[in-house]
Amino acid sequence: MATSTLERPLAARPSTWFVWAGMAAFGVFLLGILVAVVVDSFGRQWFDTWLPDGLTTERYVEAWDRFDLGEVVGVTVGVAVLVVVISVLVGVPAAYVLARRDFPGKRAVMLLFLLPVLMPPITYGIPLATVMYSFGLGRTLTAVVLVNLVPSVPFVILTMTPFIEQINPAIESAARMCGARTRQVFTRILAPLLVPGILAAAILVLVRTVGLFELTFLVSGPGSDTLVVAIYRGMTAAGGGEARQLISAMSVIYTATMLAMLVVALRFVNPTQLVAQVKETRDD
Amino acid sequence: MSSAGRATASLRHRLAERGIDSTLFLLVPGLVVAVALFVYPFSYGIGLTIQPTAAMREQWGGGALANYVAFFRDPFVFDSVWLTMRLALPAALFNVLASVPVAMVLRHRFRGKRLLTSLLVLPITLGTVLTAQGLLIFAGRQGWINRVLLELGMIDEPLKLVNNYLGVMLSLIITGFPFAFLLISSYLSGIDPSLEQAAKTLGAGWWQRFRRIVLPLLAPGLATTFVLTFVLAFSVFPSARLVGDAMGETRVMSLMAFRAFGEQNDYAMASTIALMMGAVELVVVVAVLGLRSLLYRGTTGGKG
Amino acid sequence: MSDFESLELRGVGRRFGGVDALAGLDLTIRAGEFVALLGPSGCGKSTALNCLAGLLPLTHGEIRLDGRRIDTLPPERRGFGMVFQSYALFPHLSVEKNVAFGLQMQGVPRAEIGSRVRAAIDLVKLGEHAKKLPGQLSGGQQQRVAIARAVVLEPSLVLMDEPLSNLDAKLRLDMRTEIRRLHQSLGLTTIYVTHDQEEALSLADRLVVMREGRVQQVGTPDELYESPASWYVADFMGYRNILPATVVAASGGEAVVELAGAADGGVRLTGRAVGALSAGDRVRVAVRPEDLHVGSTGGGGSTSGGAGVIPGTVSVVEYHGREFAVGVQAGDTMLHARAATAPDVGGAVTLTAPVDRVLVFPESLDAVVPQAQEVAA
Repeated sequence: MATSTLERPLAARPSTWFVWAGMAAFGVFLLGILVAVVVDSFGRQWFDTWLPDGLTTERYVEAWDRFDLGEVVGVTVGVAVLVVVISVLVGVPAAYVLARRDFPGKRAVMLLFLLPVLMPPITYGIPLATVMYSFGLGRTLTAVVLVNLVPSVPFVILTMTPFIEQINPAIESAARMCGARTRQVFTRILAPLLVPGILAAAILVLVRTVGLFELTFLVSGPGSDTLVVAIYRGMTAAGGGEARQLISAMSVIYTATMLAMLVVALRFVNPTQLVAQVKETRDD
Repeated sequence: MSSAGRATASLRHRLAERGIDSTLFLLVPGLVVAVALFVYPFSYGIGLTIQPTAAMREQWGGGALANYVAFFRDPFVFDSVWLTMRLALPAALFNVLASVPVAMVLRHRFRGKRLLTSLLVLPITLGTVLTAQGLLIFAGRQGWINRVLLELGMIDEPLKLVNNYLGVMLSLIITGFPFAFLLISSYLSGIDPSLEQAAKTLGAGWWQRFRRIVLPLLAPGLATTFVLTFVLAFSVFPSARLVGDAMGETRVMSLMAFRAFGEQNDYAMASTIALMMGAVELVVVVAVLGLRSLLYRGTTGGKG
Repeated sequence: MSDFESLELRGVGRRFGGVDALAGLDLTIRAGEFVALLGPSGCGKSTALNCLAGLLPLTHGEIRLDGRRIDTLPPERRGFGMVFQSYALFPHLSVEKNVAFGLQMQGVPRAEIGSRVRAAIDLVKLGEHAKKLPGQLSGGQQQRVAIARAVVLEPSLVLMDEPLSNLDAKLRLDMRTEIRRLHQSLGLTTIYVTHDQEEALSLADRLVVMREGRVQQVGTPDELYESPASWYVADFMGYRNILPATVVAASGGEAVVELAGAADGGVRLTGRAVGALSAGDRVRVAVRPEDLHVGSTGGGGSTSGGAGVIPGTVSVVEYHGREFAVGVQAGDTMLHARAATAPDVGGAVTLTAPVDRVLVFPESLDAVVPQAQEVAA
């Protein structure tokens, strides 16, 4: 395997160079964007020069106070954690049924879970937001959590269903033959086997929820804005928007929050080992 | 039936045979969420579209269908369909087509592959809003790109890279490409490498191997990836507003829907635009998936 | 060790969406017996096993253990052990914990669990691998763990679902001996599902041959081997030559048949009739390769009390150690025979067989009535 990839050096063809050039351009843009925002956020003033004239951390203090970022970050993390927990609790059992059972109407149920993922968020977001407002939930945290569940629950179901399918159903039968009751089959056998899949799905939901703009924006307001929404509001505020450096500072805080949550989440995940085991026993 | 086999099946057994047993209760929470937060609001929204405001009825006529009349007759609204497609289709197409060679190259093992892969995937964590802010600074009139190009003497005056169609396209590529790349990579890894080796022993060159073996096996994956990337690009909203020309060439459907919702508080018209948006997207998705099933028969090969 | 007298299946059936996967299965299993369910895939043998285990609900019939009805009990309360084709080991638990799982479920005290688990692991000779995870074991070792996990509970009945089909040929032989040894030393009542006749013949006290959800024949290995009830069973028992033919005359337990398409002139054979046959019936003739004698042309075998002479041409010769397997093309059909010396490929030969080694069966399989399933004790 490894030798076959080496026998043909990567540098051999112009097409390969073309690909590398494209990736390099992408990398330049990506790093440029990141570095530009970070530099800008620490800049005192930056207009017609290569670099800002002097560095400062004032922008962070200013942005923190101006946009009440303590609360915004709290809301962002809180909403994300709640959405992840609820999506997993609701989605995993449903995924189990879809992976293991054949029942009348299964295709309809699958379609029902697929639609929110395939549809533009605005399409169902606007009617959903209208319903939220008419129930008096507009601009509340409850509404923000609820709208985020709409794409997240199907997402957990769609990622967990194939994961559960690849666990040999005979393992459950074996547990039963060993005298395990339904509850014990779930807690002692299925739960440990599902953990890697659940964690992976949870991390993806976390990233999506923190980054999801459209739906949150439609129902949130002061006190229930997440970071992305707060940044957007800052950029589009009446009168040409807030000072650019404040937005940059806020963007850096957003990225830092996202990374921090990812790092924390990844600390709990070491899925490779377990998944490999499940596959091995199944393969031979 | 068999005379020896006295039917002992209780109702519970007969239902279980058709797949109905208590396990199905596990599906209930998921269904409740889907119905309460998706089906109900959606039907409610459809109901709203045929309850236009008095002003809309007055202006566009058509009675209960005034909102739809407005959607098709008002060029300011209707043009957004074209403006959205003009962004979403090329962006999705580019992201999918560019992902294929990159995924092919990154399929091989080499040093620094992990780093490169994580770099490609990084924008997923950045989100559209931060990308927009970065583009404004990096590719703006006084941004580093224009500075470098000016210094090198390649241009005489700054290029206009943001606050227009190009800006939104760039942001769609930066946020959409990693997504397409991840999907294509996973589809590609599902193709058994021994198939290509077999083709090699039969004397196929690299282009023939790609064209005759990899591409046909990858085709369904390409279609799926195109659909998902298109869905992402189609609902473009923040970047159209932030790095685009929100009242001009990037006046996309979602902006129009939000304008009706947030600024005009016309929930009925907002729902109409939102629904039409879903309908337009559905047409494209069905067309692509139809094409896929028409062109491709068989399994994806490889494992599983 | 089995703590029951008999397990009775009465008219057990299972329908899947209008199709009988299993129908009218009647079987009585005595304590300590080793019963093999034999048949090709889709014949209902695995369905029968899963119904017995409780993993599939019955749609017809009942199962009684010493007269007590158990088919309504969930699998975990039947007290059976099961060994799966895919082993189905818990991938996140070590060998020890896999074996201990069932005992923990039964609430056996800790100290006892420890000693019983150790005994079970020693029984399958995996002592040094006790701490390993299933993924670190070879296929054969995994199957031993699966067996240990099933027998550690001292179940009244052990169900085995093609346990050896995922192993390579040599390992399969070793494990076959191992399973037989375990059965004999522990005296566990065992029901064993397989599609491999050799496995079934060598392991089982009694065989149940199944076809399309129904039992074709029940009997000891010897009974099935010597007198199969239908050409279908014969096919399983090593009668490799199954030839379509038409009855010319039948009397006194013997039938003269004309082979369809065996040669231009029409070849007649005499054989032992199984079941009532009359002239004009469409039949299948079954002969084992080792009963077909290969002779040179003009040998005149028909006169010496043989069943008849089939002329043909040698097309394949395989070396099988002490003898040669010979493929003879006779008209449209290829016949399999054995010879002590290798005939020339392409040479003309004649095939002959003793009359009582040629079995003539009715073509239709549906009329086959399974023999009385009780063992003559």
